[in-house]
Amino acid sequence: MNREILFQRLRQSLPAEPEPYPEYDDGLLLSRTGRPENAESAFRLQFAAINGHAFDSPLPLIALLRGTGNTRGYCDPDLFSLLGRPLADAGLDVSTTFDRSRYDDYQFGITRATGAIAETGTLVLSDEVTSDRLAALAPWVHIAVVDPATIAPSVPEAIRRFGDSVHLIWVTGPSRTADVEGILIEGVHGPGVQVAYLSSASSWTAPNLPSS
Amino acid sequence: MSARQPIDQFAAGLPGDRRSSVLGSCQAATSKRVTALADDFPHADELRRLAARIKQHTLDHLDRYLAAATDRLEEQGVQVHFADGAGEARSTIHRILADRDARRVVKAKSMVTEEIHLNEYLIERGIECLETDLGEFIIQIDGDVPSHIIRPITHKNRREIAQSFEREGLGAYNDDPEVITRRARVHLRDHYMRSQAGITGANFVSAESGRIVLVTNEGNSRFSMAPNPLHIAVVGIEKIIPRDRDLGVFLNLLARSATGQRLTVYTEFLRGPKAPRQPSGPEEMHVVFLDNGRSRILASDCREILRCIRCGACQNVCPVYRQASGHAYRSTYGGPIGAVLSPLLAGDDFASYADLPKASSLCGACREVCPVDIPIPDMLLKLRHQAHDAGLRSPGSPPMAPFAELATRPMVWRGAMSLSRAANLLPTRMLPVPALQSWLQLRTLPRWRGGEFRQWMAQRAPS
Ligand code: SF4
Repeated sequence: MNREILFQRLRQSLPAEPEPYPEYDDGLLLSRTGRPENAESAFRLQFAAINGHAFDSPLPLIALLRGTGNTRGYCDPDLFSLLGRPLADAGLDVSTTFDRSRYDDYQFGITRATGAIAETGTLVLSDEVTSDRLAALAPWVHIAVVDPATIAPSVPEAIRRFGDSVHLIWVTGPSRTADVEGILIEGVHGPGVQVAYLSSASSWTAPNLPSS
Repeated sequence: MSARQPIDQFAAGLPGDRRSSVLGSCQAATSKRVTALADDFPHADELRRLAARIKQHTLDHLDRYLAAATDRLEEQGVQVHFADGAGEARSTIHRILADRDARRVVKAKSMVTEEIHLNEYLIERGIECLETDLGEFIIQIDGDVPSHIIRPITHKNRREIAQSFEREGLGAYNDDPEVITRRARVHLRDHYMRSQAGITGANFVSAESGRIVLVTNEGNSRFSMAPNPLHIAVVGIEKIIPRDRDLGVFLNLLARSATGQRLTVYTEFLRGPKAPRQPSGPEEMHVVFLDNGRSRILASDCREILRCIRCGACQNVCPVYRQASGHAYRSTYGGPIGAVLSPLLAGDDFASYADLPKASSLCGACREVCPVDIPIPDMLLKLRHQAHDAGLRSPGSPPMAPFAELATRPMVWRGAMSLSRAANLLPTRMLPVPALQSWLQLRTLPRWRGGEFRQWMAQRAPS
């Protein structure tokens, strides 16, 4: 269809007295958890409320992975010294390449988050810092490494921080459905277990890759 | 001719277990919505009215905002197409796929692709087109149609689903919802990985940044776009909002109104093909903006209906929908939103859906829950008038001319009131008048007390 015809048609359809844009204060958009005193502790609380697991040291993460039988996985090479090595040292099978033809073999995937939202317990991932979209999506356990300094207190603030990313995704809990008789099941297409690993970005640098 | 409206007929024939599953899921969704909104926002109504004004403002300047969104998308390397009607949208999508020899397509849930019947069209042309939302997948393998905007299989129980999975070779009969979900997970990810294109809708498009916003709980839109090189988003032209900032209003309202969540699990904001260094994701992106009657609705006195963000809250709360189910509305959109939108979208075929606006008691519950404060009952009345003016009578409507005759002649009225008391002595259930019997099947006549008020007035002591 010729776009000019459509725009002309639209112009002819518009009302004589159009509604003005309503000015509003972002404060109106804040829910009861939208004004946290401490963004990191608020995030932990809200993340737990949507069945997320937040850790800040490798040991409880290793226990979770072992306990759920998810011992084979992928780690973003930039995060190897932070998490990949401790997991490998504990006997877990950690790869720093994501081989798409074996996508189903990875039981966990470790990638970076670009931020988080305290108000809702949401992780913010972006194309620019996620080493592979599939690594954050296909494994049963997704571990997002979040720098606490990047946690936005509220949804409106997270929107202000969009920047120019071409692809952002907010992840609020594990993938879920209630399609069958309204019964909630976690882990439909995406991860059934969502982990946030809180660690200051200064400790991620100095990649220390395995000698493979 | 039947003395009942088509929706009444459908509801009367609905099996009991189906009726109770629709009713139960609607009640649960309604109470979750109330809790999620009231707990979080003491002034939820203020938020709804704000959302209504932002959306109305956008619609009232749609030429400007649609042009801005198009410019932003094109600047970011997205190819933008415009389709007048369903046929043009289908052929545009088919051409994009055929030019790239894409024969395996995965689809994330989208009402607008339901509206244009895209799947059947592509499948007839040799393209494998697979729905990936669990509910929509089950609808597809059953050759069924969705009965709710958010919960497409709200009319099905787990036993029926387990039978369908067994029939399709997805495993021996097992009706555990967890097993059903795992089987779908395994089956569908194989299809994602082999697909050559992903088709989605869009929940919102920001005119300011060109960001397309997609929400899903299952993660299927993310998976529909991760492994393959081509993404096509099919978007109704009413989906635009002015600024990114306004998303804060709509995302807060949409998740709470639709499923009682604070945010839907996956909320994606995309402005074009994947980032250059990202190994997974589409290298090419197309947006097909669809009119399909929307500009005509914009010019009508029902334009507010275009504010709809497809949350399904009006369906959940509607007493007619709860008893009749979405299929009773014979169109893509059921419930109060469908009773308004379907006749309007039908255009020249208005007569086929002119009975839908009558399927309401005008209780107003739909307006109270609507996150964009659409005055649905007012529109139902306008459409009833439109049907009346077009000379369309729906079955079950009693003839009003004799009543008008009575009501405009006081003498005759008084006489009729007193005489009609004889009706109390008649065995009404046995009178051989088919129209009366059909009417009485659904109703009980109270004792006739015509004329008593006048008597009371006349005898009342003056104060
Ligand atoms: S009309 Fe309102 S309540 Fe109904 S689906 Fe649309 S936005 Fe939701």
